[in-house]
Amino acid sequence: MASDRIFGLVIFGVALAYVASALQIQTSFLSDPVGSKVFPIIIGSIAALATLVLLIKPDEDPEWPHGATWLHLGIAVAVLVAYAYSLKPLGFLIPTAIASGVISYQISPRLQTAVLTGAGLSVGLFAIFKYALGLGLMALPRAMMG
Amino acid sequence: METLSNLALGFSVALNPFTLMLAVIGAFMGTIIGALPGLGPSNGVAILIPLAFTMGLDATSALVLLTSVYYGAMYGGRISSILLNIPGDEPAMMTTLDGYPMARQGKAGDALVISGVASFVGAMFATAGLIILAPMLARVAYLFGPAEYFALYLLAFTTLGGVGSKNQAKAVIAACIGLGMAMIGLDNSTGMPRFTYGHMHLMDGVDFLVAIVGLFAITEVFFFIESHGKGSAIGVKLAKVTVPIKDLIKTSGSMLRGSVIGFIAGILPGAGASLGSFLAYMAEKSVAGSSGKFGQGDPRGVAAPEAGNNAAAGGALIPMLTLGVPGSGTTAVLLALLMTLNIQPGPTLFAEHPDVVWGLIASLIIANFVLLFMNIPMVKIFVKVLMVPAWVLLPGVTMISFVGIYSLSGSYFDLVLMVGFGALGYFLRKLDIPTVPVILGILLGNQMEDNLRRAMVVANGDWTYLFSSGISIGLWTAAILGFVAPMFLRRFLKRPPQPLDAEAD
Repeated sequence: MASDRIFGLVIFGVALAYVASALQIQTSFLSDPVGSKVFPIIIGSIAALATLVLLIKPDEDPEWPHGATWLHLGIAVAVLVAYAYSLKPLGFLIPTAIASGVISYQISPRLQTAVLTGAGLSVGLFAIFKYALGLGLMALPRAMMG
Repeated sequence: METLSNLALGFSVALNPFTLMLAVIGAFMGTIIGALPGLGPSNGVAILIPLAFTMGLDATSALVLLTSVYYGAMYGGRISSILLNIPGDEPAMMTTLDGYPMARQGKAGDALVISGVASFVGAMFATAGLIILAPMLARVAYLFGPAEYFALYLLAFTTLGGVGSKNQAKAVIAACIGLGMAMIGLDNSTGMPRFTYGHMHLMDGVDFLVAIVGLFAITEVFFFIESHGKGSAIGVKLAKVTVPIKDLIKTSGSMLRGSVIGFIAGILPGAGASLGSFLAYMAEKSVAGSSGKFGQGDPRGVAAPEAGNNAAAGGALIPMLTLGVPGSGTTAVLLALLMTLNIQPGPTLFAEHPDVVWGLIASLIIANFVLLFMNIPMVKIFVKVLMVPAWVLLPGVTMISFVGIYSLSGSYFDLVLMVGFGALGYFLRKLDIPTVPVILGILLGNQMEDNLRRAMVVANGDWTYLFSSGISIGLWTAAILGFVAPMFLRRFLKRPPQPLDAEAD
């Protein structure tokens, strides 16, 4: 019950902010009868109305994960974001090995298999992407490539 | 006659070695993607789109490759349904009901052959239907003006919300999230920035491929982390595969009925393959009456849903190609592919790009024969692939998604956005909020708005213009009915338990 209400409230707030923001859209002097504000305002209003239904008649709560699982999920998100930032400066091989090893470890917590998976996927995928598909990937950090 | 000459054109495009090779590769990869639990047609195709681009495939080749993957995934889903009792993808849900009991009785091979043939019958039926119906519908679509298109988009959202999800309010919210995101970026008609807050990366808007890969593939990774890869259980061993001719003859009626039902379900916007296989199974159960042993390994219970889901997969291509309105998650992904290739689906597609349309149809026929061959004599190969553990598969999927999106845009911003979509998708699916309307909203939002604004320009700001033609009144009525009717029908029709990703077919 609570989950849907919280989600409903969040979306309700977002929808109101969205409408408020839509009202601020700069209009051009050359505009059509509808203009650039109306459609976003309609969307925001419908979303806000729909959240009222959730607030009044929420569904049953889903089964949320427990503490340790949240930690695993958090680690996965953090690693993926870090991976996104490091792919360009650090090249493909090292970040990919680390990221896929960590994801593997989060799914099945065995260190040895995770390390092997990371290394294997990193090298294997690089070979496929670079040589079979011809993508222009950098293997190693730019500084080491000369 | 015209159809025949069009088909001849199609085969002349499709029957070159390169295209044939793509169809074979696509069918092979599709079957694997379908068979692996956790990878369904929509996320499989989504991951492959960026790769098809970076390989520099032209429009026809890319379409051939990815629709073969799409058809292949529909075949492949049954393999893990039967052997592991885990649907390889969502439409294969119903196949577990009788497929797994058959496998437990030592008839795994029979179940695989029957379902493979059923898949073939369903897919061929749907492809034939596509050949006949699509050009007809394309002619009707010429009558559509902006007001009608606006109503049609609305119809897609409301039926998707009404039929495809359990809670209408949640489907509405999902559609609004998608539509709201589509508004980000420069306004098409005035060139003014909207919701960019001065952020350079947001000027181009949210790339729908980033959203699709995030919501489908990355979300799946989070779900696997939550479940610790459970579900990749050891299944039933597959002994010798023989062709059970008696059973095939006995189930031929079920296959045909399943094909018809599935095909119709596929054409309806918002219904898609899952509903197709569900309806086919339920219908077959009532046709059989007390003579059936449904749920305990009745071959008809394998044949009907498999024919149904494959027929629905083909049927779903019709509204996508002729009107540009996808009916399911995977066809939404295929629409995304067309849009990135700068091909606008719709009636003009048939007139302007006959080579693309008919080449696609011809390669669907070819892919079907390839798939029949792969899925019966060679089914053992795919059974081996099923043994890939989740802790190798999911990191692999993640990395392929990253490289795909990265090679498209080369921007870390899109990658972070993709992870954001993955996290969003996790919460949405947890809360039972369908993700397909979100995707559809991002895909169609700008066109929906453009059509509304164009209609208003034509009518000089008179909103009643939206309901001024017979077609648009019909579409509005259908949209409202499609949204409201399931609320009442739901009391009479108890749906079977559905997995969380019920919408991701």
